[in-house]
Amino acid sequence: MVIDLSIVNFVYLVAVVLFILGLKGLSHPRTAVRGNLMGASGMLIAIVVTLFDQNIVRFEFIVMGLLIGTVLGAAFAFRIAMTSMPQLVALFNGLGGAASMLVAGAALEQELTGTNSLGLQFTMASGISALIGSITLLGSLVAFGKLQGLITESPVLMPGRHILNITLGLISIGLIVWLVLDSSNSLPFWILVGVAALFGITLVIPIGGADMPVVISLLNSYSGLAASATGFVLQNNMLIIAGALVGAAGIILTRIMCKAMNRSLINVLLAGVGAVATSPTQDNEVYEGKVKSTSADEVAMLLEDARRVVIVPGYGMAVAQAQFAVRDFTSLLETKGVEVEFAIHPVAGRMPGHMNVLLAEVNIPYEKLREMDDINPTFEQTDVVLVIGANDVVNPVARDNDDPGNPIAGMPILDVDHARTVVVIKRSLSPGFAGIPNPLFAAENCLMLFADAKQAAFDLAAAIKEL
Amino acid sequence: MEIFIAGLTIFVLAVFVGFEVITKVPPLLHTPLMSGANAFSGVTLIGALVAAGVNEPILARILGVTAVALATTNVVGGFLVTHRMLQMFRRKS
Repeated sequence: MVIDLSIVNFVYLVAVVLFILGLKGLSHPRTAVRGNLMGASGMLIAIVVTLFDQNIVRFEFIVMGLLIGTVLGAAFAFRIAMTSMPQLVALFNGLGGAASMLVAGAALEQELTGTNSLGLQFTMASGISALIGSITLLGSLVAFGKLQGLITESPVLMPGRHILNITLGLISIGLIVWLVLDSSNSLPFWILVGVAALFGITLVIPIGGADMPVVISLLNSYSGLAASATGFVLQNNMLIIAGALVGAAGIILTRIMCKAMNRSLINVLLAGVGAVATSPTQDNEVYEGKVKSTSADEVAMLLEDARRVVIVPGYGMAVAQAQFAVRDFTSLLETKGVEVEFAIHPVAGRMPGHMNVLLAEVNIPYEKLREMDDINPTFEQTDVVLVIGANDVVNPVARDNDDPGNPIAGMPILDVDHARTVVVIKRSLSPGFAGIPNPLFAAENCLMLFADAKQAAFDLAAAIKEL
Repeated sequence: MEIFIAGLTIFVLAVFVGFEVITKVPPLLHTPLMSGANAFSGVTLIGALVAAGVNEPILARILGVTAVALATTNVVGGFLVTHRMLQMFRRKS
């Protein structure tokens, strides 16, 4: 049975509306589950109506692909640990980009068997799809490798990398021009796929681990743009619109992440921040004789006497898998009448919103997870701030805009130093990603609890129970 | 050219709709937003289905079936993992 094309397009319109309503649902936790289901049903009806396309004559390959993808996708979705969510999203970005590139390639191969000459829109869009799709695939795989610890998290700075990138960019443009001018074979398309793959590697490998939130957001955007480009190849509005929505989402998140670090996108992509180590002499000047060390018992007493406690979780907490133990001692404190809230910096974790997911997973109600701008004015009325595995996002040096050598100048931070007492749980005085010492650790009102985050959280829970 | 401009119009308008809708998503839900948007980008599946269903050339069909498998992983995995995360944000009482 073949359905009329206008009916197919009408169903696509319904699907797109469901996509947009689904995204709207994500504006509140209460409506978010429903929103996601709306998006999924939009996708389902689009897939079903496409199966009636008149060009589809055999189904065995389709069924095979659908089965493989469903099994793989479900396996990933159910088995992934929440701490590994950034890797999974990176991988999925890559798959989406690759699929769009392959669809453009398949369309090109099929058109080449016909007698019609290829139009400008077709060849141009195919080339752009190959370029973005292939960059997305390899860039995402590199990001995945960094996040998974398969390749080094620190920036890999090759000599002459800027020249290499410019060269790869120019070759890519040249190949697109070749594809447009000579539409007799698919050779330029596949060379372009290869060159863009290399380009994807050289673009992401110089970026450090803590900048991954920006990279993943950007690759998210690319995977959408690749889908849009393929939409132009196939003249399919559904692809163009859905791709544009994803592209917009990725760009917004990229911008939020850059703003939260007070850095430009260019700086994140090209500067290789995180490659330089701090000098020990600088450390001594800041810390010497001023750092006060404390014990879990002492902190437990401080916490119990407090009326209001704010916890600042950083990536260190996630690495130590301390979130369950943190939940345990916070609920103990709450039964003793202490008000506990969590202050979430936008770049805490390895992807936008990552820390919220990790805390929601251990059943901390989302009302207690407060955004930076929201919670900053409350630090002055806070008795104890507990910083767990965070560093740069609480470094008061960020307020010092005049020092030209300050890598975090102007970065918005959590004003924890305004609280009555700050306790920092950290294994040592080693610097964070920015590679600079943190004067907070030497401040009058700051106590250091030198320990592994998980162990410290266990000890705190035990000590609070005993009180 | 006419078709291209029509497509471009739709693209630009969709980008604006995307900006409007997505700015309203709170940072609390940025991870599920990303994994959900991720699933949307698997929409390329509908192009892959047509490519995998053609008779000739065999190369297009092989590319198509690979794309179907990759895009389906993206779509199914993306929506399921988003659902799993959003369940955690339900109000606990």
